[in-house]
Amino acid sequence: MSGTLMKFSNLVKSNYNGIYASIASNGQICFYSTTPPGTPPAQTKTKFGPLADEDRIFTNLYGKHDWRLKGALKRGDWYKTKEILLKGSDWIINEVKTSGLRGRGGAGFPSGMKWSFMNKPGDGRPKYLVVNADEGEPGTCKDREIMRHDPHKLVEGCLIAGRAMGAKAAYIYIRGEFYNEASNMQVAIAEAYQAGLLGKDACGSGYDFDVFMHRGAGAYICGEETALIESIEGKQGKPRLKPPFPADVGVFGCPTTVTNVETVAVAPTICRRGGVWFASFGRTRNSGTKLFNISGHVNTPCTVEEEMSIPLKQLIEIHAGGVIGGWDNLLAVIPGGSSTPLIPKNVCEDVLMDFDGLVAAQTSLGTAAVIVMNKQTDIVKAIARLIMFYKHESCGQCTPCREGINWMNKIMYRFVDGNAKPAEIDMIWELSKQIEGHTICALGDGAAWPVQGLIRHFRPELERRMQEFQKQQCAASN
Amino acid sequence: MLNPLKCFGKYLGRYAGIRSLHSSSPLSHDSLFVHRDSPEDNPDTIFEFTPENQKRVDSILAIYPEGHKRAAMIPLLDLAQRQYGWLPLSAMHKVAEILKLPRMRVYEVATFYTMFMRKPTGKFHVQVCTTTPCWLRGSDEVLEACKKNLGIGVGETSKDMMFTISEVECLGACVNAPMIQINDDYYEDLTVDDTNEILNDLKACKKPRAGPRSGRFAAEPLGEPTSLKGDPPGPGFGVRADL
Repeated sequence: MSGTLMKFSNLVKSNYNGIYASIASNGQICFYSTTPPGTPPAQTKTKFGPLADEDRIFTNLYGKHDWRLKGALKRGDWYKTKEILLKGSDWIINEVKTSGLRGRGGAGFPSGMKWSFMNKPGDGRPKYLVVNADEGEPGTCKDREIMRHDPHKLVEGCLIAGRAMGAKAAYIYIRGEFYNEASNMQVAIAEAYQAGLLGKDACGSGYDFDVFMHRGAGAYICGEETALIESIEGKQGKPRLKPPFPADVGVFGCPTTVTNVETVAVAPTICRRGGVWFASFGRTRNSGTKLFNISGHVNTPCTVEEEMSIPLKQLIEIHAGGVIGGWDNLLAVIPGGSSTPLIPKNVCEDVLMDFDGLVAAQTSLGTAAVIVMNKQTDIVKAIARLIMFYKHESCGQCTPCREGINWMNKIMYRFVDGNAKPAEIDMIWELSKQIEGHTICALGDGAAWPVQGLIRHFRPELERRMQEFQKQQCAASN
Repeated sequence: MLNPLKCFGKYLGRYAGIRSLHSSSPLSHDSLFVHRDSPEDNPDTIFEFTPENQKRVDSILAIYPEGHKRAAMIPLLDLAQRQYGWLPLSAMHKVAEILKLPRMRVYEVATFYTMFMRKPTGKFHVQVCTTTPCWLRGSDEVLEACKKNLGIGVGETSKDMMFTISEVECLGACVNAPMIQINDDYYEDLTVDDTNEILNDLKACKKPRAGPRSGRFAAEPLGEPTSLKGDPPGPGFGVRADL
């Protein structure tokens, strides 16, 4: 569930020029008359995308080149890693803060801030970095491309992110189905150890760091950070109550940060080319480049790295060869993986693919997995199939999710045939609202939102089916 | 027993204007959660790790910190399943013994995760993804083709113990939809003909080529590249001056 959307209130408020107070590591309070350090520069561009080839981070996304250490070195990975490590934890975190990087797993939490939570005074317990490679959100397949074609980006990212947090080791939790991807990662890790880039005195920086692979065994819920921690510990993947947050009590009872593969893999390039460079892409508070997956009814489905804030229409037309049957044949788009509510064609015309743009369209960027559906799609069945997915993947711990999604699934499959009363549309809406926000993790929310999106934009279609079904029933009984 | 009840309910509904009886569906999960002793799977089945796998067990245990060796549970169960072909009860007992845990702790993990097959499974486990992105690109036809070609239904194993078909949730290769996973390999961008070709190859003991079948290499757009057209820049490109 790397793409699960957690409730994320606008943490990064617009940066006004006021007086900021911040507590420095030695306990002193510093006052700034301007913006605090680590604030991304304001964006002056107004047009976003397409991205130039020299600004792409994942230069071997399609596997055209050698993915092993030799090829990676040729493409500039592991370049000046020692110098970056020697700059120290504060420098790395400040650089990531300046870049404006927000978590790429769906929730979009500012990464620099998240990593800085780990730098509290230590109590003797080791710290761990856990990389969430349990990619299973329908529509999402970006981390897979990183792990099989650019594994050294992730290994180097683990080292740099681990250094920023003062972590002892990183565990990469990869979904069990990705066997070949896991073995590529394992080879990359072994190569890095042999070259002295990992292990004792990693890269000659005097810092010890280990990276381990851990394969899962097929449970979408393990993409939720606390479920993932439970799963690494060899238990059922059932999310934990928070607090305590993983930064206090995480894997093996030690402070832990769980981050998405893409977030970690872009960190070395951000440090090398500078946070300001990364922040020059996309709108303010949505900066950077991002991997987009375009699947469904497009002519050439693909994974592509693009600038944030690129218009959806442009993204589909440039990289995915347009919608099957032409743009006018578009019915709806799920913009960020299955958990995000769909948007109909009129919204798709000018929506920008970034966190704020999609929130304004009552949906969410999620993992930026665009699922395109054209007018030949049975939209109700498409959403019903997603609810079946959530029903299958619910861990069964919280009653609203376990029972509610099962119930929604039954109603949705009746909606596919139209075998329902119009009042039931309001009932399923209410039901989804009762699931949303009443569970430990966000899987319940993720299951409720697609239904809400369907009702918000396709209520007439649902009612039409019900009328048609009614007519057929009448005709059959006469 | 439920069917007559349902019929009766419908009958009532039609003639007396009352709603039909609702009953929850009898099959609510892919496989049975509880263990039932059978000739091939009972506590007396013999399971031991082979010497090579015993070495693997040790190296798996080594990556977890002291006192938290339980973390090796999923990798060990996976190793046992790879050795035996599926996961019998006695393999779970063996894992519990290695990790020094009550057996129950292993049972609860083995039943939670869908990749642990707790009943005999064919040599080739054909897993068809049917979640929405694959469904939009025609996974129903691919699943039909598998069923027709192998002559078995979803969740069934062929008599010669060669094939098992499963319908699975998203396998994370959505831009290469529709796709199937056979054991560890992904077969992507499938049509009905491709599916038949793959299955026929397996039947003839040939190893079919994994990956996309549409002529592309991975997840790039088919045809002219839209990005990453030239060679990637070398080390030092765009690197800040103060590093």
